Amino acid sequence: MGRTLPLFPEAASTFAGNVDALYFFLVAVTAFFSVLIAGLVIFFAVKFRRRSPDEVGAPITGSLALELLWTIIPLILTMVMFVWGAWVFLDLARPPRGSMEIFVVGKQWMWKVQHPDGQREINELHVPVGRNVRLTIGSEDVIHSYYIPAFRQKIDAVPGKLTTMWFNASKAGEYHLFCAEYCGTKHSGMIGRIVAMEPDDFEQWLAGGAGSTPVAGGEQLFTDLACVTCHQSDTGGRGPVLNGIAGKAVLLADGSTVVADDNYLRESIMNPQAKIVAGYQPLMPTFQGLVNEEGLLQLIAYIKSLPSGGSGY
Amino acid sequence: MPSPHAPVTAPATNYLNATHGLASWLLTKDHKRIAILYLISITLFFGLGGLFAGIVRLELLTPQSDLLEPDTYNKMFTLHGVVMVFFFLIPSIPAVLGNWLMPVMIGAKDLAFPRINLISWYLYVIGGVLTLAAILGGGVDTGWTFYPPYSTVSPSHVILAGLGVFVAGFSSILTGLNFIVSVHRMRAPGLTWFRLPLFVWAHYATSLIMILGTPVIAITILLLALERGLGLGIFDPTRGGDPVLFQHLFWFYSHPAVYIMILPAMGVMSELVAAFSRKNVFGYSFVAFSSLGIAVLGFVVWGHHLFVSSQSAYMGLIFSILSMLVAIPSAVKVFNWTATLYKGSISWDAPMLYAIGFIGLFTIGGLTGLFLATMGLDIHVHDTYFVVAHFHYIMVGGAIFGYLGGLHYWWPKMTGKLYSEAWARVSAIVIFVGFNLTFFPQFIVGYLGMPRRYAMYPDEFQVLNVMSTAGATVLGVGYTLPLAYFIYSLVKGPAASANPWGAKGLEWTIPSPPPTENFLVTPIVTEPAYNYNPGREVEVA
Repeated sequence: MGRTLPLFPEAASTFAGNVDALYFFLVAVTAFFSVLIAGLVIFFAVKFRRRSPDEVGAPITGSLALELLWTIIPLILTMVMFVWGAWVFLDLARPPRGSMEIFVVGKQWMWKVQHPDGQREINELHVPVGRNVRLTIGSEDVIHSYYIPAFRQKIDAVPGKLTTMWFNASKAGEYHLFCAEYCGTKHSGMIGRIVAMEPDDFEQWLAGGAGSTPVAGGEQLFTDLACVTCHQSDTGGRGPVLNGIAGKAVLLADGSTVVADDNYLRESIMNPQAKIVAGYQPLMPTFQGLVNEEGLLQLIAYIKSLPSGGSGY
Repeated sequence: MPSPHAPVTAPATNYLNATHGLASWLLTKDHKRIAILYLISITLFFGLGGLFAGIVRLELLTPQSDLLEPDTYNKMFTLHGVVMVFFFLIPSIPAVLGNWLMPVMIGAKDLAFPRINLISWYLYVIGGVLTLAAILGGGVDTGWTFYPPYSTVSPSHVILAGLGVFVAGFSSILTGLNFIVSVHRMRAPGLTWFRLPLFVWAHYATSLIMILGTPVIAITILLLALERGLGLGIFDPTRGGDPVLFQHLFWFYSHPAVYIMILPAMGVMSELVAAFSRKNVFGYSFVAFSSLGIAVLGFVVWGHHLFVSSQSAYMGLIFSILSMLVAIPSAVKVFNWTATLYKGSISWDAPMLYAIGFIGLFTIGGLTGLFLATMGLDIHVHDTYFVVAHFHYIMVGGAIFGYLGGLHYWWPKMTGKLYSEAWARVSAIVIFVGFNLTFFPQFIVGYLGMPRRYAMYPDEFQVLNVMSTAGATVLGVGYTLPLAYFIYSLVKGPAASANPWGAKGLEWTIPSPPPTENFLVTPIVTEPAYNYNPGREVEVA
């Protein structure tokens, strides 16, 4: 039997302290009001206990001043919670530019990882301390959730789309990785460890045995799946040229525009008819079933790596 | 003073012995008998749901998955959730206490549609039998939330269990419809809206949620069944569906459903606090309107279940602020109940112990809900035991404490028998202690990061889990006590007088147990609710 009784989780990311500060604020508010209410209830129940069988209470019907008081004070407190919570959330939810990008795919019941330099891992994730790391997460089957308690960070892996999370590990060590969204038989076995390493150690780890990079894998797939036959500048314009498209606004046939983010690129491969680029025919077949989630992430990495053809960024 | 329109000595004939035989019960249109039918059926489901919970807690005694196969464990927590939510908590107070008391409290002989009331019980039973069939046939393992695409591909009895919930939902809709029409059309002469007991206000608000929310879960389950059965692509992305759409539809009902569970308990609370302090409820109209406020706001907060689901960050912000707002009317109620005690004449009878327990536990449950509405914090605690602890403080600490408090308060009226007050106080304390020992450690293990629905967990979480399982054992003992002394009271309990608590309210002006028609003469109401000081004009609105 585990004999330890931990009461508080390890804090190992740059924003863990902010989340914990918010937590302690709410714990303080909760403790204050719980003790206040319990104290008053017990005090009144003892002090005003019934002393004769026919006794009745005093005829007090209410007080507008008190009603306003205990409406406005909770309102102010909850608005503080909202604003503070939103501020912490927007930090957690928006990866900074220039983060190191790692691809993660959840499937029953494992987490598969591919680093930009090509290293692959299962149920583990090695990251350097002190660098912004952005995870782009997909799911091969059902909904999972990538959860690192020590980093106070979590996001669902949702089939049919890509999600992102980011963190900056502040302390070297090994931390729990959990799947937090119920995903079937071995849900509680879909766990692993996050290994945060000092930058030098991480470089050393990277140097040991890289496979092909996601970009190279994507380029291979781009050829294998014959994407090149349409998506090239000298093929008579059957498909849009993809150089420099990532992150740019795209004009669609219906006149609207959409930003070519990861989810747009993913959808355009899996469900090409959903959004047709202005000036093109809806000719592209779906690649559903022909490319798995890891392949999709590699294709996206490749498309994003294409030089923007002099337009400059 | 008490309305002098009805005899208060127990007549020989009452609703329990007016007719005899099984058929007289199974075909009854008497709202009080239907309430008893519900009482028996939901008690059976509560026992079943409790058994599943016990098995889950036993497995969690050790970090390994050693007692059950993983699939069996997954079925156990799923069935615990499905049975407790849809077949115990949602019908509990409205279908038992509400059914029994709503007509009496408004001075009516029955609900507006007695036949529909009976149909609603049969629908509940049919839904229950379908779900039982799913359980006996091998169970269902999707979690009570039925999230696709797992529920689309799960090899368990999703459609059958879902069908049970679907059918039982209509029972809920019909009960809500009956309450709303009855409150509008059947109030006794002189019983204006602001003279209604707060129990009636709370049930009116609950009924609004039942009839407006339940159809949405019915449609959602139907869509899931179409996807599973016919292969339509609605939620499964490989067929062009969107799994997050299901979560929106599911929580559009299931978050308000939390208020279906807690609002009636709040109604019971107002009655208990008033009766056992012999005092009118402080801020009557604020308590009444806060029920409606919760019912309305409760419909626009569902997105707080989706903060990590890939929902847009800006949509999340809107749901976060709305979720903060729904806390306000709940806080208003707690403060008003507390203020009601001030200068009351407070007795420590068993129902009041449950009421005091409710105030404490609901306060913690409500405040920890704010942790989950606070977005930056929810990211960490979402889908962990912190959430499990929070909603059990609301559903057990709130709804079940309200239900048990109400059952103890009205038991003499419903059955004409008195139970053992001493045992009732013991059980209230045992349940309170067992409850806190079970669920308080789960807040801590949740913040440590233990995800919910885990059969295995890291060693360092074991001590807290052992505490939780020990508490569940105490809680289990606590729950069997009322079952024992309630049944004993039916056989050997002394007869109850018409008003054993010295409480106000139309139900205490008629005999215990009352005749089938409740009131031999239609009562005329000339005073506000809880008018313990008739000398003073009571300010309303």
